[in-house]
Parts: sequence; C-alpha cells; structure tokens
Amino acid sequence: MELAGLGAYALFFLNLVGIYAIMALGLNMQWGMTGQFNIGIAGFFAVGAYTTAILTTGPSDNWLGGFNLPFLAGLVGSVLVCLPIAWAVGRITARLRTDYLAIATIGIAEIIRLFFLNEGWLSNGTRGIPGIQKPFGVGNGGYLLVVAAFVGLTWLAVEIARRSPWGRVLRAIRDNEPATAAAGKDIARFRLQAFVVGSCIMSLGGGLYAHFVGFVSPEAFRPLYGTFLVWVMLIAGGSGNNLGAMLGALVVWLIWSSTEMLAGLVPTALIGSESAFRVFLIGILLQIILVSRPQGLLPEKRPPMPGEHRR
Amino acid sequence: MIEIERISRAFGGLQAVREVSFTVAEGSITGLIGPNGAGKSTLFSIVAGALAPDSGRIRLQGEDITGLPTHQLFHKGLVRTFQIPHEFSRMTVRENLMVVPARQAGESLLQSWLQWWKVVREDRAILRQADEVLAFLEISHLRDELAGNLSGGQKKLLDLGRTMMTDARAVLLDEPGAGVNRTLLGKLAEAIERLNRERGYTFCVIEHDMDLIARLCDPVMVMANGELIAQGDMATLRANPEVREAYLGTGISGGTGAA
Repeated sequence: MELAGLGAYALFFLNLVGIYAIMALGLNMQWGMTGQFNIGIAGFFAVGAYTTAILTTGPSDNWLGGFNLPFLAGLVGSVLVCLPIAWAVGRITARLRTDYLAIATIGIAEIIRLFFLNEGWLSNGTRGIPGIQKPFGVGNGGYLLVVAAFVGLTWLAVEIARRSPWGRVLRAIRDNEPATAAAGKDIARFRLQAFVVGSCIMSLGGGLYAHFVGFVSPEAFRPLYGTFLVWVMLIAGGSGNNLGAMLGALVVWLIWSSTEMLAGLVPTALIGSESAFRVFLIGILLQIILVSRPQGLLPEKRPPMPGEHRR
Repeated sequence: MIEIERISRAFGGLQAVREVSFTVAEGSITGLIGPNGAGKSTLFSIVAGALAPDSGRIRLQGEDITGLPTHQLFHKGLVRTFQIPHEFSRMTVRENLMVVPARQAGESLLQSWLQWWKVVREDRAILRQADEVLAFLEISHLRDELAGNLSGGQKKLLDLGRTMMTDARAVLLDEPGAGVNRTLLGKLAEAIERLNRERGYTFCVIEHDMDLIARLCDPVMVMANGELIAQGDMATLRANPEVREAYLGTGISGGTGAA
C-alpha cells in the first residue's frame, strides 16, 4: 500500500517535472542563449493553459466556449494564441535591456493574470475553468508518456537551434551587441525571434499543465510558481545548457516538493508560515549553488563545430 | 568610394564634428589623424551608421547611405572595427569569425530545423573559410580559445579577421595599433597591406602611431577641434605648420617642438 502510494506520487511528481522542464527550455532560449531577462514567464504559462482549457472543454455558460476540441488541437491553439501576444510584447520591449526588460515583463505577466481574473466571460474569473480532460482517457502514467514525448521534442528543437548558425548569432548578441551589428546582423530581429519562440514553448508548457491538473484558475499563475521557480531551475541546472535546464527542473522540483513534507516538522511557533519558509529554503539553495557552482550543475558547453564528433 | 560631405554633429554644446568633407578613394588606405577629441571617432561612428549626423551626407560608391543602420551598411560592403576590441568573449576564435558571413541559410531558425543537413554542409564551408583567415593572420593555434582569453593585440587581429569573412569593399579601422606590441603591429600592418593589394579592400584608418600611418596611408586627413585642417601625404603634412601646431609637433607648452 505504501509502495503503491509512492508510485502514484512519483507519477504525479514526474509529470510536473516534465512540464517545468519544457518551461525551463523556453527560458534557456531567451536567457541562456540570448541574454534576455524575461521574468514574465507566468504570463505565457497562463496564456497556454487558458487557451487549451477554453478550446477543449465542453460548452459552458460561465466562460467562453468551450469548443470540445481534441487535446492536440488545444495545444496547437496554445502555441498559436501565444504567438501574436509574444510578438507584440517582444516588439514593445525590443529596446529594453536587462533590468528594464525584467520590470516590463513582470508587469505584463501580472496584467495577463489580472485579465484572466477579471474577464469572467472569458475565463470564469476566480472560479476558474474545471473539467479539462487528459487525452485518450489516460491516467497520470499514460500522461507522463505524452509529457515525456513533448519534453523530448522540445529539447531536440531547442538543441538544434542552439547548435545552428541562428543560435550562434544569439550568443554573439549576448556577448557583444555593437559587434554583432557590425557583423551585419539585424539584432532586433534575432532578439524578437528568440523571445517569441521561447515564449511559445512556455505556452506549450502551460497547455500541458492545464490538461494535467484538469483545472485552471488565476491562482496558479502567480509569479512564485510560474516564474520564480523556473528561473531557479535554469540557473541551478546550468544556464545555456539544455540538459542542465531539464536537470534543474528535476532537482529543484524535488527539493521544492520535499519541503512540503517538512511542513509537519516545523516548530509550533512557525505554523502558518510554512510556505514562506519554503521560498526561504529555495532562496538559500540558489545562493549555495551560485557560490559553489556559479555556472550551474551542468555548465554551458560550446556546440561542436560542423563535422566534429559530439563530445 | 566613400564621400563624406559637410558632416556636422554636436553633443549638447560641444561641436564634435563641424562641416567635414573628404573622399576616401577606391583602393586607397586613407589615414585619419588628429589629437584626442578632434572628432575622428565621432566621424567614424557617423560613417558606420552608429550615430546620426546633424547635417551632411555620406555616399558609398555614389549611393546615399546617410543614416542607414550598421547592419545594413555591412550588406553594402562597408564594415568597421572598434577602438576597443569588440570580441564575442564567450565564443571561440573560430566561432567569432563564423558569425560574420552574410546570408547564411542556418540563420533562419526554420531552415535550421527543417533542412539541417544543408545548414551543416554550408557551415563546413564557412569553417574552412574561417581557418583560412586564421592561417592568413598566423593565429591558427588560437582557433579553439575563447576570444575573451586573447591578449589585446590578438583581439585586434581577430577584429581584422572578422572583416575578412565578408565581401567587404571598404573597411573602417579605429586605432588598429592601439595597445599592440611592435612585433604584432608589423604583422597587423602586413595584413592590412595584403588585404589592400590582393583583395582590393579600401581602408580608412584612425591611428595615433605615426610610423604605422606613414607606412600604410596615403593620403592622410588631419582633424582638430572637429574640423578638417589639412590633407596630403605624411611628408607634406610634417612640413605643414598648422598640422605641427595642432597635432604632430607641439608639446602642451604650445612651442614648436620637433615632429
């Protein structure tokens, strides 16, 4: 009985690791490869989750739709709806660098969350959208295979991008913008492309999340879960390294989940502040990693030269 | 080749460049000298599209290129280097060169995903080109080093190498010799001469090392206080009292020292 419970928990746990891994890969394209400081991940996460929720649930009087579309159509919708939103955000913030981009994106993510909170006709407001089905009637185990397939495809796409001449230009931009312009590259175009593709990957993660938990509400897209944890995952795992991003998702989610069990152990005086305590622990973890392994668990490796064998 | 027509630019109350006109002739290595603050680098930035002029025109082979952004000028055959080396520090020396070639199929993300075999084939050719440039500059042994680890002089060579990865016609060099030791400087000068002779590159060079200017450049333009005060070959300029006063010959005392 104990073992069965553990197995069920492992499936639940790994599904979320996979979903976070996809978002960390999206962030790696923006931050790891291009140096774009996007802390509005939660916004694109929310767009993906709500889009597929509206597209795939049955008709309702309480929110827009639903349209009863199949699972895959919902995910394609997540990406397609995110595309123009990310493009517009990218255009608006195109001239902002580092901390200014960070301020703008966190603001936009909160605008998106508050939009879903307040536009009840669209999203059912605080009550959220329930009844989002997993595909083919699978359970958590079957869904894990689906998530794993998407993690694999996303990793492949991002890794090919990183090794391509396109990724090389992004790294050049990250290192030195004036020299990249002097080498004839349209910096604004490349930055926008990386921002849009990275955001659409986050939106895909949001779509998979909605089908996994079966219910979306604005509560799930607060900056702590949607943005902060993904950043810790990427930095801990190894910014610029796609395997590192995925490893970071596993390690950080493991620590984050296990602190939930610690809740029973906190001293009486601290009861009620467990959640703050968890954030505090994650903050300490990040500090330890940054001091002892500043490049993360798996540091960035240069891509192989053409014709060179993979090392 | 590059016609600079009555270019002016002010920063607040400071008139950095005032009505400067001259022509960089096709196939020449034209020098641009003058004291610090003369407006040379500002003029360079304007020609290279990094700064907009307040007034005046720049023409490249007759075509008006005033105000075009840097990356578009690159595609018209005008490239620049920087006074302080601008390497891609966390990329290898080879990668620094491989970024440069224009119209790479693999710069399209879709093509990199859908036609990766074509992209890899093209990248092999680019790699060969990069290795040839490194051999030309005699820094092949550094090819897998991170560019950030190179010495200042080696970074200058790498800057020059990046201009060799293009179909450049005109190259603006901002102080290629600054911080470069004598041996390396000879190599750099030789590379510039060969590129001029063998590939037909036109150069415009800002430099404070008068030996390098005398060796490479003819004609030489002299700027002071934002204005063009003289032009000609170095021998003529050395004999010109105004040039000696402004730059070549006089100390801070204002006397007429030896050039």
